[in-house]
Amino acid sequence: MSEKKNAKIVVVTSGKGGVGKTTSTAALGAALAQEGQSVAVVDFDIGLRNLDLMMGAERRVIFDLINVIQGNANLSQALIKDKRLENLYLLPASQTRDKNALTEKGVLQVMEQLRSRFDWVICDSPAGIERGAVLAMKHADIAVIIANPEISSVRDSDRIIGLLDAKTERAKKGQEVEKHLLITRYDTVRAGTGEMLAIDDVSEVLSIPLLGIIPESREVLSASNLGVPVPVSNPACLPAKAYVQAARRLCGEDIEVTLPVSKKKLFANWFGGRAA
Amino acid sequence: MKMFGFLGRKKSAPVARERLQVMLAHERASLGRSQLVARMRDDIVAVIASHVGVERNEVRVKVNRRDSMFVLKIDMDITPDIIPNDPRSSPQKAISAQSTPH
Repeated sequence: MSEKKNAKIVVVTSGKGGVGKTTSTAALGAALAQEGQSVAVVDFDIGLRNLDLMMGAERRVIFDLINVIQGNANLSQALIKDKRLENLYLLPASQTRDKNALTEKGVLQVMEQLRSRFDWVICDSPAGIERGAVLAMKHADIAVIIANPEISSVRDSDRIIGLLDAKTERAKKGQEVEKHLLITRYDTVRAGTGEMLAIDDVSEVLSIPLLGIIPESREVLSASNLGVPVPVSNPACLPAKAYVQAARRLCGEDIEVTLPVSKKKLFANWFGGRAA
Repeated sequence: MKMFGFLGRKKSAPVARERLQVMLAHERASLGRSQLVARMRDDIVAVIASHVGVERNEVRVKVNRRDSMFVLKIDMDITPDIIPNDPRSSPQKAISAQSTPH
């Protein structure tokens, strides 16, 4: 990593909690690293870190983002190299500190350092629209907005889009943060029967381009249990494929977004069943 | 007897869709995606409140479109006999100190 890079900074954000920000940060980071990109995933959820768990690195955390900001450690000491993927690194959040330890100046300095060392910097935002969420999106070039096909999640996503247009450095310079919608926990069967908001409903209401559709799947829980990002834990499963495609779209590849349906599920759906 | 009643039973998504559209139309108008109108209102009220007393809860801001022009209309009640910096009118001081709510 001697050559100077110019990373794209991505914020994974949603407003609402529990929609899949951390899972998606880990999965997109891993998928980009599998594509040969150098990636740092950064946990901005001070006090409630979880990205370390999703990456299976919880026992290797020594220094964190706050240590780097306060000058108790340098960036290289705090970055944790992934066990499986060569180009993937984690910058964990602090579990014990007060979230006020995250300063605007400190975040800027860390982001500048990361930008010069990686191809992608992916920031996992805390839930909410408070300081932590605003700092996580502050330096973003690209925002991946995670929404579940459910009204409270869509409403919160709309608020977050408003914040991205008002509070980011790009917005202040009169530029726009590139926004993408990633729908997670999508259930094809329930959307098909009209029990769940359809993709078109969500993307139309939010009017931002669709980056991907991640199906509801037991594979996601299994990956989190194992502490391995979804595209690594089972590359053949539907959510893994959907994340890999989303990562490729982020890189600029023109791949059509399709509903993630397995042949088995289609067959079950035909008989009105509820295949898992 | 409605034999295929189970097919139509669970179509709650169209209701969700409609509720969302109505709610977001309302929220975007009041908050604004960039909150431009809200921020302008706060700035304008702050300037006026530094000179005269303003009934902050009685400020109405409207943006109307007339052909190719946007018209910003601000309607507020002022009380010119109350000067905020005057110690005799201390309750009004809070007006100019109030910051932009976000």
